[in-house]
Amino acid sequence: MSMIHVRTTINGDATEFVCDPRETMLDVLRDRLALTGAKEGCGTGDCGACSITLDGQVVCSCLMLAAEAEGTEIRTVEGIAEGEQLHVLQRKFLEHAALQCGICTPGILVASKALLDENPDPTETEIRYWLAGNLCRCTGYDKIIRAVTDAAAEIRETQ
Amino acid sequence: MEYFAPATVGEAVARAETEPGLVRFLAGGTDVLVQLRSGFVEPDLVVDIKRIPGMRAITAENGGWRIGAAVSGAELCRHSGVCADWPGVVEALELIGSTQIQGRATLVGNLCNASPAADSVPAMIAAQAMVAVAGPEGTRDVPVAGIPTGPGQTSLGSGEFITSVFLPARGDGGGDAYLRFIPRTEMDIAVVGCAVSLRVDGETVVDARICLGAVAPTALVVDDAARAIVGTRLDEAALSDLGAACSAACRPIDDKRGTVAFRTRVAGVLGRRAAAIAHDRARARTSE
Repeated sequence: MSMIHVRTTINGDATEFVCDPRETMLDVLRDRLALTGAKEGCGTGDCGACSITLDGQVVCSCLMLAAEAEGTEIRTVEGIAEGEQLHVLQRKFLEHAALQCGICTPGILVASKALLDENPDPTETEIRYWLAGNLCRCTGYDKIIRAVTDAAAEIRETQ
Repeated sequence: MEYFAPATVGEAVARAETEPGLVRFLAGGTDVLVQLRSGFVEPDLVVDIKRIPGMRAITAENGGWRIGAAVSGAELCRHSGVCADWPGVVEALELIGSTQIQGRATLVGNLCNASPAADSVPAMIAAQAMVAVAGPEGTRDVPVAGIPTGPGQTSLGSGEFITSVFLPARGDGGGDAYLRFIPRTEMDIAVVGCAVSLRVDGETVVDARICLGAVAPTALVVDDAARAIVGTRLDEAALSDLGAACSAACRPIDDKRGTVAFRTRVAGVLGRRAAAIAHDRARARTSE
């Protein structure tokens, strides 16, 4: 089976990798590029733990072949903080204890950041619908919603 | 499995036509990847159509809209022209899955997956949408209703794939709507779906097309329901006849999502409600 050479951009860095045609983007991120932030929860696009952005759009990396990444721009949870400086969403998740086991957190951070980039003042209903594809077994969601709401408020104040 | 990302429609057809094994065309992948990963479908060749020019484009054509086969739900929802003309088609696609799924899911993928419960298919059929099919014999235009032939089955032949959907000119006094029943608010598959597209002159319905999903092996066009409201102002008697016609047309199955009795009843309720929304939208367009 012939391997495929892919050139892409991940978190702003030009990246090349070689993959099997059957490998998903999630497989390549975790197993070939050592970017283990994105998690495999369900592997069928239901849980959102593998969320990344592809050309600015939130997608499930488990439902994308790695070969499709050619020429695209990908962002993962690893690209959210600036060096040691946590993103306001990451800070607010810690302050509000919006995570327990943490498996869903990278996907929720990626999806929430995409929401706030597009809509800096979402209602609670908008946040809940936007994150409907990010399942969390621990928190009951309320703390997550509070953290995102609070992060949005701080982003609006500082801009 | 081989992955092939052609630059032209001709390359895609030529490669798919000569593949002796199983071929799957890939746009958003939200169904294809699930099937591939579960081992349910093991293609020998995956043809990724996204690098073919036009597949990601929405263009005005003869007063209507041509939507490339790889246009995602998120992209369609951001297009003010399509949203203004065909809100029912847009809301049907937008109901499918999560934000993440919307980033990739397509109208054509929903059609070719050929689920009886596909949300956007009844809406496209009600809209009298056409698809452009490319294949070894060239290109042909086919009504959306002519594609699914049964659960998971389509009329597409070897080497054929859909390159775009065409939504016709909406015209004055036109409105459409799609509603579905699910037992929760998000992330579920329709127990019943109903699309209504109609045209009004003043308040009177002059033309209507009603299509049900998830109550038969393929989406069901209910001519009796349309006849029940044409010539009326969509008063209570007309709505009641429409609901009865929708219920009478159902040929559903019992499964974990709903019983025959429940689906039959809900089809009538959704038909009435979707018709009322389409009627309001049609009148709003008339008064603009």
